[in-house]
Amino acid sequence: MPNQPLPYYVNYLPVLLQIVVACLVAGGMVALSALLGKHRYSRTKMQAYECGMVGTGDARQRFSVKFYMVAMLFILFDVEAIFLIPWAVIYRKLPAAIAPALGAGPRDFSARMFGFWEMLVYIGIVLVGFFYIWKKGALDWNATTEKTDF
Amino acid sequence: MELIQYIAFAVIKIALLLFILLTAVAYIVLMERKVIARMQNRWGPNRVGPFGLLQPLADGIKFILKEDIIPDSVYKPLYIAAPMIALILSLISISIIPFGGDWYVAGYHIPLQTAAFWTGSGIQDINIGLLIILGITSLGVYGVALSGWSSNSKYSLLGSLRASAQLISYELALGLSLVGVLLLAGSLSLRQIVDSQAGSLLHWHFFGGLQFVAFFIYIMAAYAETNRIPFDLPEAETELVAGYHTEYSAMKFAMFFMAEYCNMVTVACLATLLFFGGWHSPLEGLHLPVPPIWLIISPLFWFFVKVFFFIFVYIWIRGTLPRFRYDQLMSFGWKFLLPLSIANIVVTSLVLALRS
Amino acid sequence: MLHTILFLIFAGICVAGALNFLLQRHPVNSALSLIVVMGSLALLFLLLGAEFVAAVQIIVYAGAVMVLFVFVIMLLNAGEEERTRGSRVALFLGVPGLIALFGLLCWTLSASRFQLGQVQIGGYYVPTQELGIALFREFLLPFEITSVLVLIAIMGAVVLARKERP
Repeated sequence: MPNQPLPYYVNYLPVLLQIVVACLVAGGMVALSALLGKHRYSRTKMQAYECGMVGTGDARQRFSVKFYMVAMLFILFDVEAIFLIPWAVIYRKLPAAIAPALGAGPRDFSARMFGFWEMLVYIGIVLVGFFYIWKKGALDWNATTEKTDF
Repeated sequence: MELIQYIAFAVIKIALLLFILLTAVAYIVLMERKVIARMQNRWGPNRVGPFGLLQPLADGIKFILKEDIIPDSVYKPLYIAAPMIALILSLISISIIPFGGDWYVAGYHIPLQTAAFWTGSGIQDINIGLLIILGITSLGVYGVALSGWSSNSKYSLLGSLRASAQLISYELALGLSLVGVLLLAGSLSLRQIVDSQAGSLLHWHFFGGLQFVAFFIYIMAAYAETNRIPFDLPEAETELVAGYHTEYSAMKFAMFFMAEYCNMVTVACLATLLFFGGWHSPLEGLHLPVPPIWLIISPLFWFFVKVFFFIFVYIWIRGTLPRFRYDQLMSFGWKFLLPLSIANIVVTSLVLALRS
Repeated sequence: MLHTILFLIFAGICVAGALNFLLQRHPVNSALSLIVVMGSLALLFLLLGAEFVAAVQIIVYAGAVMVLFVFVIMLLNAGEEERTRGSRVALFLGVPGLIALFGLLCWTLSASRFQLGQVQIGGYYVPTQELGIALFREFLLPFEITSVLVLIAIMGAVVLARKERP
């Protein structure tokens, strides 16, 4: 049988199928449990659990700003991490690719170290921000208010 | 035509793998109960079937037949969707994981990986497999966050808040710890990462690549991602009852449980693939005389031995370590693991540049 | 053929998610439909051959930015939107404006179709390695400037979350 090269996205079809099958499995479990399990309504049983006491108030309250802070910092460092990935993948090929631009051979020291300096500058600048938030106390979870601004 | 054949193989592999995965999850639960029991000088489950081997089946039937309580105060659509999201996300990753080379059966080359096909001369798998797994991990927050919020119970909400903050904090260290391996392997395809470790024990990224710091960061971050001891703060029963799944019962509760164990399997597979040479035997390079049948079984054997080992370590650690305090947990992630993983990247890249 | 079918499916999901985002009255539902939009956008990127961009779309947008959205909605305890009668301005200015904008976009795209050049659908595949070489050779300066951007954003986050001193 002649082997025609399949288009690249064909690789992802099994993953797509897996997602569909996983949805069916999860849906099937919920449906089966709802169908086969018995249902006997009682008002106290249907209350939210509060150690057996009668529930008080609504659970949805406002929470500490810390949680937003973590989420915001997470986005920023995630962006940093994402940039490291293509860099890491091509790190060993970079000297050969960059050498002509530097006017050096691919085995020269300057070409080999170029990728390293590139990323060191980048990481260095982001780390300035990291130590700023560290000193500001944004990373202290239960700090007292006198020490920090949060 | 070839496409149809490829899809047909994929369907068979998906069905087989899901069956194996879900069975494995059931028996990992049993193994955990047994091993923990022995560590605590107890017997563990031993009533249902010989050595309690039918216990998972009994548990499964019980979970399905129990009353499916949906409390009055919940936001119903999301309350039902949350365990489904958690389980679906945990079931996807397995399709990207390679278990070995390929089997030549009845004139077909069948790669031991769902999302891969035989190109005629080699196996082509997903070029960004590792990134897809990272992406799926990053979506895992929603199952936890939505379950807590939709339950409208104080324990659930507190547990889910803690869990979400923990998950996103440790995801950073998890992602950064993999960069060291990427530097060495130069590819995001899991198959190529494993191929870069072929040879012997000393070619594995853990030993030869000197990535043991990265490995320990990965393992700690992955334990936090799967909410396991010592990072199981979200379900700290002494303070939060059961954390984000306090209000769940019957199969929905079991789905969170299954998702956790599926994620454990994924973590163990990834640790094997990235740091411990995947399906390559540690005895490779010694050229021992082996029967030809062994060459077919050997990749699967070594892969499962390694995965089994990492799952055992999960249980072992559960039997050994106490739980972190929440502020310790957050500062451990942000102030220790994150700088350490960045230092690991800098050192690895420097060594690579100087040595090349 | 397969490509077109897949494109239509995910484009459909994307548009449906965007519409659901606008029509849902509960902010959490809106946020979730935005995640669906992000996910299907990632798949559209994948069909265009931009694997890395697709993964970044999932990891950064669906897995990080939307987490912040969901956090804010969950923790601020934002309730359902109130139904209003709809404003007259929206009806008389918004609808013609929308139609005009849509027409303008269609006209611009179809007018410049011949200058843009053509590419076979799905025939333009960029592996991560190529993207990395381009990013770290041709576009090095923009890349390094990104770090300053991240730094400023980190400081901005600290300032935003700081306690107001009386």
